[in-house]
Amino acid sequence: MPTPHPIELLRFNTCGSVDDGKSTLIGRLLYDSKSLMEDQVEALEKAADLSGGGTVNLANLTDGLRAEREQGITIDVAYRYFATPRRKFIVADTPGHVQYTRNMVTGASTANLSIVLVDARQGVIEQTRRHAYIAALLGIPHLVIAINKMDLVEWKAERFLEIRDEIENFLPKLGGFRDVKFIPISALIGDNVVDASTHTPWYEGPTLLSHLETVHIASDWNGTAFRFPVQWVNRPNNPTNAKLHDFRGLSGQIAGGIVRKGQEVLVLPVGIKSRIRDIHTHDSALQEAFCPQSVTLCLEDDVDVSRGDMIVGLEDLPGLESSVNARVCWMNLKPLQTGKKYLLKHSTQTVQAVVTQIENRINFQTLEPELNPASLAVNDIGTIRLKTSKPLVYDAYAVNRLTGSFILIEPGTHATVGAGMLLPPVERARHDYGDFSI
Amino acid sequence: MGRQGSARLTLNTGQPRQPFPLHGRPSILFKSNSTTMTSYHLDHLEYLETEAIHIMREVAGEFERPALLFSGGKDSICLLRLAEKAFRPSEIPMPFLNIETGHEFPELIEFRDRRAAQLGAKLIVRTVEDAIARGLAHPAPGETSRNKLQIPALLGAIEEFRFDCAIGGARRDEEKARAKERFFSFRDSFGQWDPKAQRPEIWNLYNARVNPGEHMRVFPLSNWTEMDVWEYIRKEKLDVPSIYFSHSRQCFLRGGQWLPVPPPHVDGSRPDPYAGARPKPGEQVRQLVVRVRTIADMISTGMIESPADSVEDIIAEVAAARVTERGTRADDKASEAAMEDRKKAGYF
Repeated sequence: MPTPHPIELLRFNTCGSVDDGKSTLIGRLLYDSKSLMEDQVEALEKAADLSGGGTVNLANLTDGLRAEREQGITIDVAYRYFATPRRKFIVADTPGHVQYTRNMVTGASTANLSIVLVDARQGVIEQTRRHAYIAALLGIPHLVIAINKMDLVEWKAERFLEIRDEIENFLPKLGGFRDVKFIPISALIGDNVVDASTHTPWYEGPTLLSHLETVHIASDWNGTAFRFPVQWVNRPNNPTNAKLHDFRGLSGQIAGGIVRKGQEVLVLPVGIKSRIRDIHTHDSALQEAFCPQSVTLCLEDDVDVSRGDMIVGLEDLPGLESSVNARVCWMNLKPLQTGKKYLLKHSTQTVQAVVTQIENRINFQTLEPELNPASLAVNDIGTIRLKTSKPLVYDAYAVNRLTGSFILIEPGTHATVGAGMLLPPVERARHDYGDFSI
Repeated sequence: MGRQGSARLTLNTGQPRQPFPLHGRPSILFKSNSTTMTSYHLDHLEYLETEAIHIMREVAGEFERPALLFSGGKDSICLLRLAEKAFRPSEIPMPFLNIETGHEFPELIEFRDRRAAQLGAKLIVRTVEDAIARGLAHPAPGETSRNKLQIPALLGAIEEFRFDCAIGGARRDEEKARAKERFFSFRDSFGQWDPKAQRPEIWNLYNARVNPGEHMRVFPLSNWTEMDVWEYIRKEKLDVPSIYFSHSRQCFLRGGQWLPVPPPHVDGSRPDPYAGARPKPGEQVRQLVVRVRTIADMISTGMIESPADSVEDIIAEVAAARVTERGTRADDKASEAAMEDRKKAGYF
């Protein structure tokens, strides 16, 4: 039996302004890569006969909500799954209107690659800069600029190069991408999406799908400094089984690095040292485990540890501070202002936080920060300073996504209002103050 | 009823897994060769597994009264294994909940009860029948399907037990409206889903906050495809109900689908529970070799003609399939927005 699909998984998102053709592009990828089923094609054709004047509307594949089909727009992030013989894909289709920052951050926060669509007729607009900026901010290593609707500019190489030059001019301001690829396409007709175009003899690069299948993706996980946010204390309290009665495990997902049996570790924020006695999974006991495995750890000593604590290795200690700096994407209609209190969820801990300062706000026309704004409005991105009710055990987002990110929750409504990326800590945890036994 | 397809799959039944083998198999780090370590890398099933375990533990850490929706179907079977992996050697810290339409496949009920007992879990069953009797659910005149009536029955159970979270096995690849679903999907005090006002979900930071009366639906298998589910069943050697495997069965043709003929009604003292699910005069009845690809109840599950009688065969069949899994679900055929409408009202 042939292997039904490849092992490697690429997560990407598509973004762009309204009507840039994101949903059409995903529809095209699915359609041309033969990832659609007969009943889906049938439903498309049925809809085409009823309302589309006989033309199949590929966007209907991802626009799953009635209001989306009514208005011909995408309202919320939609996820799609497909596989080719070379790779498996998870696609987040992130809409580009109204709550564009919220949607982009939601769809892109777990992506390895972002595709930013540009309408060849319109060229670079503010939305293009914003999407590229957010992709860089989130630390997405691979960027594809798909210059779409090339059929509407008569497949002119000059137009393609003009847009490419304009983007290449501002890319250095963003930094961080491992590679950036420019591809001229027509999602509607299908040129250079799955099949190479006959209209672009001047373009020698890969088609979009072939790039997605072959781009080298490295692990996004931090492999160096051991981090283990405790999610759940595993205490069977089984009175009939002595071994289980005394079992006290700490369950969680490794958020960075590698842990080995016998390794010396530090429990934070209390600062108590212990050793790893055992590493359990339901399948077996392990000698070592790595990020992002989910395991249950048992410590040598009976230390008071609960959800929200973090167990770390003794090298590369994390920040331990209750006053932190972060870049934040604001996603709520009520603006972020200094003095406001929020709940802050970081790894497995939720604490209270107050905004003490708004240092800057990014201007997406110039991509430059504006200093000391009064507030951050919906879709704004800026740098803020927060004071938390308990210290955070954290890393810079640039070093570790899992221990360097947080969300802000509005008390009462419990709306998720902000996404934060922590800047490098000033004060780090120290293991010498833990040199006392309990 | 033909052969018991699950015979090939009973590796797990009869001998419940040791909850916590302290001297287990070698670490997955050494799977290719015990002397050279493979790279620190998870394959895609291992990745989906650790993502789902993380979500299960977030539920246990964040909610006071969670429940796990267990129907006995293939997706919720995976959920149970993930719950074992997340919580053993402790007990799974939440009861199982199932809403019966009254039109269930008997094989599924038997499987559900057996599996819950094996895991030592508390199983809560509530029925559409009871919801109708209590005035929670109101069937439309002439409505035979109990599918929509599961909504008030489910919401009734959530209220009765004051559940603040229900874990379900829904996947985004099943259906277009589900493709928009979050891992942690907020429901208001009426149990409603508002797709236009979903909480943004960023990294693996799930906002689990609810006010009293509101609740959360959590879907750890969001990123799994139908193929992933079957590959996981194969990898974990999970037992599944026999109706997933090819067997001979009497079926009748309705709305272009072969629906199963329910078991005969023997107890004359009470009304026929399968009354609406029986072939009407004029509907074609035939003995076919079939299996189910997805399970709802008897009235909304189209049987597919298939010789697949092992997990390997099913995986090959899914790989070659030209119709989606939900293409065999009568409940989804009502309209393009059938699922969206039910989800907004509080469906699974």
